[in-house]
Amino acid sequence: MTTLLATERIKLFTTRSPWWSAFLALGLTIGFAALVGLNHSGGPLLVEHSQFGTQFGLMVVSVMAALAITTEYRFATIRATFQAVPKRTSVLVAKTAVVAILAAVIGEVAAFGSWLTAYAIDGGPEMAITTGADWRMVAGVGLVFAVTAVIAVAVGTLVRQSAGAISILLIWPLLVENLVVLIPGVGANIHDWMPFTVASRFLNGAEPIAPMGPWASLAYFTGVAAVLLVAALAVANKRDA
Amino acid sequence: MTLLAVERIKLFTTRSPWWCTLIALALTVGFGALMAGTADATEPLNIAATQFGYGFGLVVVMVMATLAITTEYRFSTIRATFLAVPNRPSTLVAKATVVAIMAAIIGELAAFGSWGIASVIKPDIDLTINTAYEWRAVAGVGLVYALSAVVAVAVGVLVRHSAGAIAVLLIWNQLVEPLVQLIPKVGDDIHKWMPFNIANKLITGDPDPTARNVLQGPPPSDAVLGPWPAIGVFAAFAAVLLGIAIVVANRRDA
Amino acid sequence: MIEATGLTKHYGRTVAVDNLSFTVSEGKVTGFLGPNGAGKSTTMRMILGLDRPTSGDVRIDGQHYRDLHQPLRTVGALLDAKWVHPNRSARAHLRWLAAASKLPRSRVDEVLDLVGLGGVADKNAGGFSLGMSQRLGIAAALLGDPKVLLFDEPVNGLDPEGILWIRKFMHRLAAEGRTVFVSSHLLSEMAQTAQDLVVIGRGKLIHQGTVDEFIAHATESTVLVRSPELEKLGEHLLGAGAGISDDGDALRVSGMDSAAIGELAAAKQITLHELSPQVGSLEQAFIQLTGDSVEYRTAEAAQRAGQEERA
Repeated sequence: MTTLLATERIKLFTTRSPWWSAFLALGLTIGFAALVGLNHSGGPLLVEHSQFGTQFGLMVVSVMAALAITTEYRFATIRATFQAVPKRTSVLVAKTAVVAILAAVIGEVAAFGSWLTAYAIDGGPEMAITTGADWRMVAGVGLVFAVTAVIAVAVGTLVRQSAGAISILLIWPLLVENLVVLIPGVGANIHDWMPFTVASRFLNGAEPIAPMGPWASLAYFTGVAAVLLVAALAVANKRDA
Repeated sequence: MTLLAVERIKLFTTRSPWWCTLIALALTVGFGALMAGTADATEPLNIAATQFGYGFGLVVVMVMATLAITTEYRFSTIRATFLAVPNRPSTLVAKATVVAIMAAIIGELAAFGSWGIASVIKPDIDLTINTAYEWRAVAGVGLVYALSAVVAVAVGVLVRHSAGAIAVLLIWNQLVEPLVQLIPKVGDDIHKWMPFNIANKLITGDPDPTARNVLQGPPPSDAVLGPWPAIGVFAAFAAVLLGIAIVVANRRDA
Repeated sequence: MIEATGLTKHYGRTVAVDNLSFTVSEGKVTGFLGPNGAGKSTTMRMILGLDRPTSGDVRIDGQHYRDLHQPLRTVGALLDAKWVHPNRSARAHLRWLAAASKLPRSRVDEVLDLVGLGGVADKNAGGFSLGMSQRLGIAAALLGDPKVLLFDEPVNGLDPEGILWIRKFMHRLAAEGRTVFVSSHLLSEMAQTAQDLVVIGRGKLIHQGTVDEFIAHATESTVLVRSPELEKLGEHLLGAGAGISDDGDALRVSGMDSAAIGELAAAKQITLHELSPQVGSLEQAFIQLTGDSVEYRTAEAAQRAGQEERA
């Protein structure tokens, strides 16, 4: 497995797109935190204010993770990969692991970078990370990024085309989950179980009417990712490369 | 005219525009039906609510428009195109035009289809299109889709990669514009001048208060311009972007 | 006629084409020869207005490609057979090209039959083999019945049947009086198809002229001589200004033709057992001329491969 992880690490970092994505994700989130910090007025700046831009990073990381697998299909390097290591499950798990680790690192740097930036601009005692909720809100970002990356790799494996996979990965959390709530009657109930909505409850705390607490929310989100990954592995194993 | 014919043949001889059209129509009309079917006395149906899936259709249309140009770069048919027609500005304008017309047709079909299916499902509710606002909310969809398609083609020319161009467009449309509001003090003012928010003014802005429940249908736009000046500004934005894309494509090696 | 003057293309700090001037004359097949990476494709893209020269100029019949009206009627080109949308049928691909030059739809079927793709015209181009793609590319090039044709490495990767087909096709096009400019990194291929040659290496012009001139210019012709008095003959040959080298029990003489050697031997009363002119091979000539300008030497390549393996 360590060989496979090393292989996937080399593959990931020897193209430009992960570097660009990391750069963009950090720039957007930290830049947004700076904007919020600079313009803030009325009451002290809070930890949550510094994390407003997290979603930018999340979407960029999602795109990066999907590209990590779809470009392999695009350039048929997936065939070379499966030729070198015929155990497809191991290959894809290794790829997912490497991408998820990178996503986690980007998430942590983005979250703490945003917090530090906002603190440096307009920090006060209210900005201290003290409670469990504070820690989840900042340190939890890496976890959500990592699980999202797993979902993105799974979707990328299933769809195999960059354009399609990215459309799904962006339209789903940004549009589908938000519009669903508008359906009269059942909308709110469906919305409660939408994966990215649930994931945001882990970061931002669950409102009292939510079906699950923060950690259960993360577990549910991870479960969704696991199911998608297993489906992707099954399909990739059955399919001609 | 020749160039329009060329681009029309190119667009319709691959599968992706057909798929995108199908998805866009299914989503918009499907949501129209869903809204009509689930409406009850507490949340009555109105014309704004039938256009609930408008945002979905817009995103799918932009993906279609982006792919129309990025796949040309992907498969290098852009080079074959520039060999056949070395006048790059004309070619790109022709492509933007054909894609915009296609988007307009999808928009009108989606809007009137959603409205029609809602009328069929709830025949006892009066969904007659009367006021200028109601006309804009339905018939205006095609115009917004067409101009958004031009924006998408321009971004596609500039970025050249499907993944990158789609990510830029969707993240901008769905994330940057709404999140900008979170910036304290200046956020709301910036948001009022965001291009897609301005474009939405034609569909969801300036509502007739008697016919519009803000909880239903696409969220109302807070752009300060009136609906028609707003769409004018969006059209200018699309034109400027396309102009930049053409200048870049003309200078760049194909 | 294609005229390039001082054509130069930089990509960042890399110089792909360096002050290249040549002419391709009408009604002939002109070969464009150079090792891989010599700048042939870049030059072709500049001829066709796809890439902008950093400096210099290239014109077709006095006009820039970008200024041609309906250029497919003047110039046909096959640069890369894979420049087609994989989900578009062969017929649809040619249809939009035809529409761009206001050619009738019947012309599409004509060229499809001409290259032998009539039976698979409605199949998606993505499923074509390289040979079929190449035929589709040639069909596209011939669509506007152009006077000038450009082909970039048309036989690369083809099977012998495909190579033979392309070769015959070139001859036919030239016989019809068209100007054909075809690139290759194989001199033997060029010797069979071309009359004129433009030879480049590392983006620079090495030679322009007929194929025969090139070979004469490039291969130093030698004469193999056998004689029982080889040593004595050698001294006389050296004295007459020829170059000699040992070749087993024979001498290889350069700088003097067989007639002169025979006359010299007769004058000095030396018996000759063999007197045979040796013609250098085309490939030898090519390597001799471009030897200094091959971008990646074999040794370098081997070294790189070794490093990659270790990594």
